[in-house]
Amino acid sequence: MPEPSAYVILGALLFAMGLVGFLSRRNLIVMFLSTEVMFQGVLVNLVALGRLHENLDGQIFALFLLVIAAVEAGLGLGLVVLLYRRRETLDADVWSNMKG
Amino acid sequence: MSIETYAKLLPLLPLIGAVLAGAFGRPLLRGWTPLPVILGVGLSFACSIAIFMSYGGGHQASQVPVPVYSWFATGSRDTFNVEFLIDPLAIIMLLTVTGVALLVVIYSRDYMRHDHHPVRGYERFFAYLGLFVFSMVMLVLGGNFLLLYLGWEAVGLCSYLLIGFYYDKPSAAAAAKKAFLVNRVGDFGFGLGILLIYLTFGSLSYETVFNMVRDGVGGERVPIIALLLFCGAVGKSAQLPLHVWLPDAMEGPSPVSALIHAATMVTAGVYMVARCGVIFTASEGVMTFVAVVGGVTALFAATIALTQHDMKRILAYSTISQLGYMFLGLGVFAADSAVFHLFTHAFFKALLFLGAGSVMHAMGGIIDLREFGGLRKVLPWTYRTVAIGCFALAGFPLLSGFWSKDEIIHAALSRQPVLGVMAIATALLTAFYTFRMFYRCFHGEKRVPPGVHAHESGAWMLIPLVILSVGAIFAGYANARLDPGHGFLGLFAPHGWFAHFLEPSVSAFKAHAGPSQHGGLAQFGLMYLSGALAIIGIVAAYIVYVGRPQIPSRVQAAAPRLHTLLFNKYYIDELYDRVIVRPARAIGRTCYAVDTYAIDGLLWLITAVPRGLALMLRTLQQGALQSYGLAMLAGFAIILLWVLSN
Repeated sequence: MPEPSAYVILGALLFAMGLVGFLSRRNLIVMFLSTEVMFQGVLVNLVALGRLHENLDGQIFALFLLVIAAVEAGLGLGLVVLLYRRRETLDADVWSNMKG
Repeated sequence: MSIETYAKLLPLLPLIGAVLAGAFGRPLLRGWTPLPVILGVGLSFACSIAIFMSYGGGHQASQVPVPVYSWFATGSRDTFNVEFLIDPLAIIMLLTVTGVALLVVIYSRDYMRHDHHPVRGYERFFAYLGLFVFSMVMLVLGGNFLLLYLGWEAVGLCSYLLIGFYYDKPSAAAAAKKAFLVNRVGDFGFGLGILLIYLTFGSLSYETVFNMVRDGVGGERVPIIALLLFCGAVGKSAQLPLHVWLPDAMEGPSPVSALIHAATMVTAGVYMVARCGVIFTASEGVMTFVAVVGGVTALFAATIALTQHDMKRILAYSTISQLGYMFLGLGVFAADSAVFHLFTHAFFKALLFLGAGSVMHAMGGIIDLREFGGLRKVLPWTYRTVAIGCFALAGFPLLSGFWSKDEIIHAALSRQPVLGVMAIATALLTAFYTFRMFYRCFHGEKRVPPGVHAHESGAWMLIPLVILSVGAIFAGYANARLDPGHGFLGLFAPHGWFAHFLEPSVSAFKAHAGPSQHGGLAQFGLMYLSGALAIIGIVAAYIVYVGRPQIPSRVQAAAPRLHTLLFNKYYIDELYDRVIVRPARAIGRTCYAVDTYAIDGLLWLITAVPRGLALMLRTLQQGALQSYGLAMLAGFAIILLWVLSN
């Protein structure tokens, strides 16, 4: 069993990967997947920190987050499909006219 | 069934009819729409007759209170009940209202059709009519001031709805608005009067209030209450100075003019004053005021009627004038004569309006006497019935109007001689203007507006006319008793059954009236005089409008100013326009300007701050998804650094 800090580092890595993916890619699906990866990073951190504090709060929180993430994923994907139908492309830049 | 049951059914039946006609008229009943209303009103007329028949039989008391249910309570102190009060006055009013209403509803079945098809709004019309009968019955039956007020306002609403029945016609919409607003002025006083009654006596029930006034409670407030209540009567019964709405109300369909603006609703003021006799007779000054308003209005409206060309407007001014007679009668303590005139007037004036409606029907909606004439042969039955109505209105001897008008003139002469003389002058004018209208409409050369196929109305319209004309002839005998050898023409004397029947309801007037000299030589002499005046008026109208038709224009040329003054109704509408309408409009415009520029401007200034901020901040939204992500990352980094540095 590795040190709990290793899990925290894993979570941070996952989060950083997702962040880089979100900032560097233009494809809506990929950006969406990147946010999910960031999400998983946070989840791993929660469980790890719960372990570190030797209580179950982190795990319970993680379970709730999983459910919410699943719901949110359905919603987000639905939105992406709608956006695709509008413009026949997944490029995020075509929506850049949505500015103040 | 008992008298109480009849009284409870009476208002309910027309209301049910109205609901049925309104709810199912268009989808189900169509041409049968009038049926529920005719049945409802007819049954309530039957109830009125039943009450009349059983009244006095088992009940020795002159008043039969009918509690219905407790309406609402204020705190723990007072409860306000829905309660009816049946007494001779209420019975007379019920018979008049439901009887005329029944005939008018029957008449309307055809009148409101066009070429045998129901016109637009057919069901609306009958629903309103039923609602009106319900409201009027509530007004008349109510046993306290609250129900009186309820009925009072409800008939006002129905009047408004029916004047504006052709709401897409601007003049009709304006007339409806005018009627409502002018009535507001009077009703404001009326409402204040009722509030003052409650403040003074702590009750609104007729019996309690009247008993307390008899015992001298209230003191100085009683005349004020009477004057405030009279404000309402002036508005509702179209007396000076609030008469302006009634002539315009003729924009409504003719059956409405006949029922609401001649026979029933406008007489509510007379009913109210007669009902509140105890309050009114407590002060001599108030009674004189009532008499003066009535007498002046009678003469005033009769002079205007001389010059008008619109048949229905002539009749409207005539109604105002006859209502003036009724108030004059009340003011000189002859309440029984006033209510008797109300009763006979309902017959002949409803008859005349329905007759005018029949003419209008035949003339394709035109009612201006300059457009047609000589319709004697074209509309034989309308001609005959309207002739009877005109004779009755003119006070031709032995017809109904003669009996009632003469009683009022007699009472006025013995108490207020000046007003009595004015009333006699009015009687002469009445005969003249009535037959001016009659001859111009039916006699002389036949003239019909171009493109109009003139035709006599059908049975549904003629039968009510015939029934009403029978009433117009014989209704007067309700109050004429046989007095062989002494009376008028050696046969008749006034103050017969009707006055005797009404006695318990108007005892307050009688108590103050002092010794009366009914049936004396003076009164019979007066009857010959007023009969002669009526005949003179009729003959004069015949000479002027049939014999020598050039006279009217010569008279008009001889006194052009007088004619213009009368033709423009003494410029009262113009006066109100200058004094009230325009200043009110100016105030409205000022308020509008203040609202638009001062208040809205201030608000604009306040909202300008967030608006300016938003203008700056919204440039941050570039629309590029990644830049948002970067901004979030930067913010996250800053927070992280801040947390770590602490």
